[in-house]
Amino acid sequence: MQTTFPRLLIKHATERPQSPALREKEYGIWQAMDWAALLTMVDHLACGLHQAGLRRDEHMVVVGANRPRLYATMLAVQSLGAIPIPLYQDAAAAECVFPINNASVRFAFAEDQEQVDKLLEIRPQCAQLERIYFDDPRGLRNYDEPGLESLDDLIAAGKIFSGLHTDFLRKEIDKADCHDVAAMFFTSGTTGNPKGVVHTHNTLLNRAKAGADFDKLSSSDEVLAYLPPAWIGQNIFSYAQWLACGYVVNCPESAATVTIDLKEVGPTYYFAPPRVFEGLLTSVMIRMEDAGVIKRRMFQYFMDVAKRVGPALMDGESVSLGERVLYALGNVLVYGPLRNNLGFSRVRVAYTAGEAIGPDLFTFYRSIGINLKQLYGSTETAVFVCLQPDHQARADTVGIPIEGVEIKVADNGEILVKSPGLLKEYYKNPQATAEVLTADGWYHTSDAGFIDAHGHLKIIDRVKDVGRIKGGANDGAMFAPKYVENKLKFFPQIKEVVAYGDGREKVCVMINIDFDAVGNWAERRNLPYAGYTDLAQKPEVYQLIKECVEKVNADLSVDALLAGSQVSRFLVLHKELDADDGELTRTNKVRRGFIAEKYDVLIDALYGGLTSQFIQTQVKFEDGRTGSVSATLKIEDTKTFTPVKAAA
Amino acid sequence: MATKLIGDVILDVKNISLSFGGVKALTDISFNVREHEVRAIIGPNGAGKSSMLNCINGVYTPQQGSISLRGQTFSHMDSHQVATMGIGRTFQNLALFKGMSVIDNIMTGRNLRIKSNLFLQALRIGPAEREEFRHREFVEHIIDFLEIQAYRKTPVGQLPYGLQKRVDLGRALAMEPQVLLLDEPMAGMNVEEKQDMCRFVLDVNQEFGTTVVLIEHDMGVVMDISDRVVVLDYGKKIGDGTPDEVRNNEEVISAYLGTSH
Repeated sequence: MQTTFPRLLIKHATERPQSPALREKEYGIWQAMDWAALLTMVDHLACGLHQAGLRRDEHMVVVGANRPRLYATMLAVQSLGAIPIPLYQDAAAAECVFPINNASVRFAFAEDQEQVDKLLEIRPQCAQLERIYFDDPRGLRNYDEPGLESLDDLIAAGKIFSGLHTDFLRKEIDKADCHDVAAMFFTSGTTGNPKGVVHTHNTLLNRAKAGADFDKLSSSDEVLAYLPPAWIGQNIFSYAQWLACGYVVNCPESAATVTIDLKEVGPTYYFAPPRVFEGLLTSVMIRMEDAGVIKRRMFQYFMDVAKRVGPALMDGESVSLGERVLYALGNVLVYGPLRNNLGFSRVRVAYTAGEAIGPDLFTFYRSIGINLKQLYGSTETAVFVCLQPDHQARADTVGIPIEGVEIKVADNGEILVKSPGLLKEYYKNPQATAEVLTADGWYHTSDAGFIDAHGHLKIIDRVKDVGRIKGGANDGAMFAPKYVENKLKFFPQIKEVVAYGDGREKVCVMINIDFDAVGNWAERRNLPYAGYTDLAQKPEVYQLIKECVEKVNADLSVDALLAGSQVSRFLVLHKELDADDGELTRTNKVRRGFIAEKYDVLIDALYGGLTSQFIQTQVKFEDGRTGSVSATLKIEDTKTFTPVKAAA
Repeated sequence: MATKLIGDVILDVKNISLSFGGVKALTDISFNVREHEVRAIIGPNGAGKSSMLNCINGVYTPQQGSISLRGQTFSHMDSHQVATMGIGRTFQNLALFKGMSVIDNIMTGRNLRIKSNLFLQALRIGPAEREEFRHREFVEHIIDFLEIQAYRKTPVGQLPYGLQKRVDLGRALAMEPQVLLLDEPMAGMNVEEKQDMCRFVLDVNQEFGTTVVLIEHDMGVVMDISDRVVVLDYGKKIGDGTPDEVRNNEEVISAYLGTSH
């Protein structure tokens, strides 16, 4: 598709000016903005920014939650040939310094006081940061920092300029080529400085279109934008595909109202990482346990029916008439109301990605008639590489390569991708670019995996993390830490896991319990606890977790490749792993190396055969203060199973 | 932060004495509140702080003394009259309608401003409906201001205590008061809830210019957010001035820390 984002805006505003483009819930009402009004706002913003001095090829930071004016600002920046850099709104101030200085950013859009404060805090380190525009003036009336200005004022100034130069916007938009840089996304990165992933209009829009064609998305679809706009997934779903298809993007009222808003909007196209689906399921299950006997019985009976029949129906397989009738009845009594309650009544296509999803969780949603599928992609590939077709969704694969994509598996097991959506480069980092993008056009994903008998891609782990057990009974066996961690995380009681085993004689894991799920479990058993640390060390909780670990071991023992990755010892951590303490990335992935250094006494205890270990840890609170948590952690051995060798 | 403009005396309390039978709750108390300021009343338990608010509010009638609001003097205030004159308040022990939603609770604060009669309201006929929309819009702005959008339709009784306090504040704000009396707005809250509440109180004061009179136990909070503080002990005024002045006042120190004899 040889076009640019601003040209698509003009196209929609010309063809269907009165159709809603964006909706935002404010003051209790969904307020819609149509394409014509959006174009006008973008025009004023672009004129204002031009007057303020934003020039072609320059970068502008946008930081905030999904708001219509944030998207309008991105469009205005692109219209001028400048490049928007969305940053994570929950990132700490210090984390914003590198991107801002790396791209010599002079202009920034900040959603509210919180974001403004952050930018002002780092201003001494970013001398070139001239202007900060804020969307929501709440609490900012007494700020008199130079260059801090409200977006309203910018729009007002732009409106005057636009009145004098009526064709300014269109002329600027016409200057752009589809291979010009459109946006830059900073990847969180598990080590070192983040890298700026440079995408052109063509790479993003080509993939947006390919994904839309695959699932036949149209202008009549509705999405709810609730994940950080700095994450490429959200940016594709609520920006690139929004402009490519012209559907309606709905912005929730606040982060706390997302579930309510989801119900009100009833999106037709939905995306969420597995943890969101998990959270929704947990809330349903907790409410079901509190429901009356009749309701609970009915729910259990029909959920059994759904488990038996639902996935088969979803995959288009044949099902007996009796079962069909039963499922239809269940649909009226249970599944329909449940979908409605979750806000999924109108969902036609739902995706999950970013992390592996548990088979039970995946099957649950498909069994109640939600077309949940998986996809594979990353920031560097503009998301869409592999997608699952409607009738072939499976929990353990990520789908088939879609239009335009070529895939091959390198000798070391790494997956290589060739696609029109590959990044142009890493910003000002030719060395990193050369490492992932070879001259013959293959992008090295650094994911290890293989293509199964049905042509579906299956991911095991990161290439660099796949290791070998050294010494002991399983000497030389393959060890895939993330694979083990994910299997454990599929249990609702377990929130995070860090597994160690590379170069060691056995596999040991450190576990974070899920405070909500285990807390609820404890309350139902009249098990008193004083807080997270206390609950985590209860012998009953250890027993519960031990059962989970042993189930995983049993499961791993029948896996031809990974039987040696069974877990020998485990402990439950005294604090939740947190991105603020550097233990997780901003996208909630565990930083295994960092954790190993930070908790080296625990690692020593795990491998030294100790049965308990004292630990004290510094924690950082959200407001920047620090405190410390200490506890004596128990360490338990678990049963492992003799590998069942695949029949030769 | 730019300094706000503190205006003339808006509320003047002169020589108030209040007793219940033989118990002297307040003895000859005088102090004033200037427009746009945050004025705190502090003191140990039983010092007479809530009684003082109740006198201003018209709940109690003092035996002696007078209270003037914008130059108009009263020896007896009546609660309804006080509310019409623009004094709103929140309560120490929350007096919300537990079974009603957050919206409805805050809507009750608009009661004084609803013009159409009960009959029209009940039938939601023409002007009454339009009027309700206007009031609802105002309430929505308060909900937005207090960041309680997620609980709009939740019955107040189901909300945690800190949020109920916020709803209580919302209801007081709904009557667009010129003077806001807050009776221990931070009592029973955790640190985070206190910080939030402080910010709301300061925002109300700064964004709307509302004069705030608050009773509070948490010294950190009082010293941080008030412009002037009056200190009561056993129904008597023992200190009055800026937080710094009060902090260094000998009598105040001994009232709080006790004296060695």
